[in-house]
Amino acid sequence: MLAFTVKRLGIALLVALTVSLVTFSMIYVSGDPAIAIAGEGARAQDIEAIRKFYGFDRPILEQYLTWLGGALQGDFGRSYTLRQPVADVIFARLPVTMALGALAIAFALVLAIPLGVLAAVRPNSIADRFALTVAVVGQAMPTFWFALTLILWLGVYWRLLPITGSSSWQNFVMPAIALGYYVTPAIMRLTRAGVLEVLSSDYIRTARAKGLRPMTVLFKHALRNAIIPVVSLAAVQFGFMLGGSIVIETIFQINGLGYLAWESIQRKDLPTMQAIVLSLSVIYVLLTLFADLLNAFLDPRLRVT
Amino acid sequence: MKRLCFVLASLLAAVPFVATDAGAGKKDDTLVWATDRDNPIADPFYLNTRELVVIGHHVWDTLVIIDPKNSEIKPLLATKWTWVNPTTLEFELRKGVKFHSGKEMDAEDVAYTLNHVANKDNAIANFALLNWIKSAEVIDAGKVRINLNRTFPPAIANLAGIGFIMQKGHYDAAPVKPDGKKDFGAVPANGTGPYKVVEVKPGEHILMEKNAAYFKDGFKGEPKISKIRFRSIKDSNTRTAELMTGAIDWIWDVPKDQAERMQANPNIKVENAKTLRVSFLAFDTQGTSGSKLFADKRVRQAINHAIDRESITKNLVGPASVVVHAACHPDQFGCSSDVTKYAYDPAKAKALLKEAGVAEGTEFDLYAYRDREYTEAVIGDLVKVGLKPKLNYMQFTAWLENTRKGKTPAAHGTWGSNSVPDVSAITAHYFLHGPDDLVKDPEVKKLIEEADSQLDPDKRKAVWQKALALIAAEAYWAPIFSYAKYYAFSKDLDFTPTSDEIPQFFAAKWK
Repeated sequence: MLAFTVKRLGIALLVALTVSLVTFSMIYVSGDPAIAIAGEGARAQDIEAIRKFYGFDRPILEQYLTWLGGALQGDFGRSYTLRQPVADVIFARLPVTMALGALAIAFALVLAIPLGVLAAVRPNSIADRFALTVAVVGQAMPTFWFALTLILWLGVYWRLLPITGSSSWQNFVMPAIALGYYVTPAIMRLTRAGVLEVLSSDYIRTARAKGLRPMTVLFKHALRNAIIPVVSLAAVQFGFMLGGSIVIETIFQINGLGYLAWESIQRKDLPTMQAIVLSLSVIYVLLTLFADLLNAFLDPRLRVT
Repeated sequence: MKRLCFVLASLLAAVPFVATDAGAGKKDDTLVWATDRDNPIADPFYLNTRELVVIGHHVWDTLVIIDPKNSEIKPLLATKWTWVNPTTLEFELRKGVKFHSGKEMDAEDVAYTLNHVANKDNAIANFALLNWIKSAEVIDAGKVRINLNRTFPPAIANLAGIGFIMQKGHYDAAPVKPDGKKDFGAVPANGTGPYKVVEVKPGEHILMEKNAAYFKDGFKGEPKISKIRFRSIKDSNTRTAELMTGAIDWIWDVPKDQAERMQANPNIKVENAKTLRVSFLAFDTQGTSGSKLFADKRVRQAINHAIDRESITKNLVGPASVVVHAACHPDQFGCSSDVTKYAYDPAKAKALLKEAGVAEGTEFDLYAYRDREYTEAVIGDLVKVGLKPKLNYMQFTAWLENTRKGKTPAAHGTWGSNSVPDVSAITAHYFLHGPDDLVKDPEVKKLIEEADSQLDPDKRKAVWQKALALIAAEAYWAPIFSYAKYYAFSKDLDFTPTSDEIPQFFAAKWK
């Protein structure tokens, strides 16, 4: 178990390193960072001054190694535009994105699991068709469009919820729905498939033969086993949401990591971009690890092996 | 199942909420304006964005200011100014003006600021607009002298545009970065302007509050609205939605179709106002891109005749846009419209192309970065005369790199002159053999240099006219139109847009 964990951590570290190296080179491929920082009205002299000021005139490898050296000591450098240490900026914004991701995944689970169970209990019924429709629409509809539709109805026409900001829980309702709906189909279909499979297994037949109430059979015996793959999927999807919230945070102007990523990309704020990509990949790797542990927590059988 | 619920509940418990939202609109006496750009600091010298120029004119004052109504220079922190000789300027300062810190503004502050910005090592973001300053010296508490390192007639206009006066020693408080250099942009704002900065929250807002002690008899007058809050909202649909709900009061750069739809909303006022930004095609006359097509003057003239400027202006840009013929904005000082005007004439364009031996269906690369629909309209016109432009649409940075390396046979550019209403802010930038000059005509250079060594406005104008006439006769550019901006704001707000794209919120009030 220990050797397994060490190996997994080693691979995770290599993944993070590779990701950082690839983004570092990609930033330069997409254009001169000095021009981006100087802005549209800038002239050649300004751009030259900025290039020197930020050390963009040094070899790329040297710049990368300097950054890496700092990162290993927990120093991600200072953001060019935010004028703060990058680590502070990320720690300030990460909770907002985590909150959004948590609410979104909660919304997705609350919607998807009952629908999935319903669809599995009555396969090919109207309920199953309804669940399928929800899934297809969720898969097909672009997130940004769904978000704008929510804004139009809940925000503008009915005035039920605030549109932008992150100052109250109401601010998170629309973004969480928009973000969560996108992952609903996958979770729902996995639940449906899992429950269907379990319902036809021997121990369920035994439980029914014992004369247990159908509800008890379904929730206490069937769902508990069917849900395990869903938990791993949800953890992985949660990782996707942290990265995928760029669009949602931008539309709803939520001051989180996704919005920060978008801003930094536009400004070519190299240290911030680097640190965001690195933290997101680390979180993602940790989440997959966490998914395994969570499975063990939910399923005593896994703890034995 | 219980365990799963426990996991969900603990996830939700981790959600943090902090309430800080200020209000908006007339009821809260807070004007909220929003753009797509985040401005993490307030110092306009250290972040080159339009928003910070706007905030700059609210939090700080310049020595003089340009009245956008007629481009006249008006007194602000200075009451009088004189050219002692072509490289020496003197300013007499207004008395009794106080910084937000409470300290009275005097010549020491002005000299300190100008010496700071003139020092290349201090790396202000808009150095090129102030790099003509050699030094500034105090004559007495109420008088300051600026020495120029060359003759530079638009000096006063540039000071009016971005010469924000800081308190003496302002940048001493700058934190030191790990590389040992000072981070000047991080110093909290302290100006003499009608509004003071209360809070800067990156990714969210810059909150300003009325400066009750502001001098009342100046150009900016007495500020009326208690609080001004700048918000960054990336998505243009979201900005529109927030304006409709009253969560924000003022937006600009509204796309034409959205603006036209918003006009139907009884709570919103939509206005189209002119700007100094000019749209043009620049040609590679030197053949550095590998295409010799535009080395021939007749081809450039043909393109000038092929573009239906009137139609683009009227149908695409907006009512306040005007057709441009010279390589500058008609409102800029020294911009003469008395140059060759290429009328829309596809037949003539075809004839010129034929004369130049350009075959029907000749392809060339056209590089563009800004408003794709405008570039596509130009391409449509060029296709009509038998040319086949291939559109290379890219990010501004990539576009600029390509043009500066001379890789673009034709480039669709735009230039806003940093809001300086003087011809040299655009024409000298593009034709004085700088990095953005694709033509490098020695004759044009000579004329521009001659023009900008004249201090007498009429003489200067006359020489500029010659330079602009030459550029137009040679068809080095195909100037197309000036940009117009759509503004949309709350019906409760009494606000007038200006062509310098510096919204005067200090003059705005609630109806």
